[in-house]
Amino acid sequence: MSQRYNRGAVEDFGRWREFSAGMWAWIFHKFTGWVLVGYLFTHIAVLSTATSGAAAYTGTIRTLESLLIVRLLEVGLLAVAVFHILNGVRLLFVDLGVGLTSQDRSFYASLILTGAITVASVPTFLAGAV
Amino acid sequence: MAEHYSSFERGGRRWLLQRLTAVFLIGTLAFHFFLLHFVNHAAEITFAGTQARMSQVGYFATMVLFLVAATFHGVNGVYNALVNQGLEGTQKKVVGGVLALSGILLIVQGIRVALAMAGI
Repeated sequence: MSQRYNRGAVEDFGRWREFSAGMWAWIFHKFTGWVLVGYLFTHIAVLSTATSGAAAYTGTIRTLESLLIVRLLEVGLLAVAVFHILNGVRLLFVDLGVGLTSQDRSFYASLILTGAITVASVPTFLAGAV
Repeated sequence: MAEHYSSFERGGRRWLLQRLTAVFLIGTLAFHFFLLHFVNHAAEITFAGTQARMSQVGYFATMVLFLVAATFHGVNGVYNALVNQGLEGTQKKVVGGVLALSGILLIVQGIRVALAMAGI
């Protein structure tokens, strides 16, 4: 069973300077998790056009991919997914007791690697849309 | 060392299943993104291409398992985050029921979509 921890209100912006790397990692992992589960439901809803036939499916995807805002949102989705994966690997190691003393540095490494992968992927994601 | 935080209590069944699905999802999510954005660009996806991939038994099975694991991981994550925020009693039961039902409906619809994609 999960336990309740009183960490105070995250919305209290004045506390942000007091947060440790571990607290930021927890907030980012939770935020990216909410985005990913929300996207999962949206993704299946869009792909459901496949049940209406080939033309509806291909047409829907082509229309969405022709919109620049969709391409930009996809870059955002990649950033969210990459961070959740990298920080997830970090959490698995922490749970196994590996790298406990450097879990703050592994959080910073997750952030930097997420940024690098996202920036490197921008040309691929925006190809043909700009 | 900075303090480590989690929404899960270590050692519980939901904690273990969250970790096991996480290991599977690390591979499948990365594979899914790579295949459908870098190998095949999303803008060039067609029903025929999707059907060619989904007609392969191994790919079809991987995608269905991916759907089930991602749904469980997402819904279980949301539930534990809410419990961690202080959800209790009747509210906890109602939210748990709604999330479980949402997850089951998503998996059912996802399998319907997968079957349509495979032309079954």
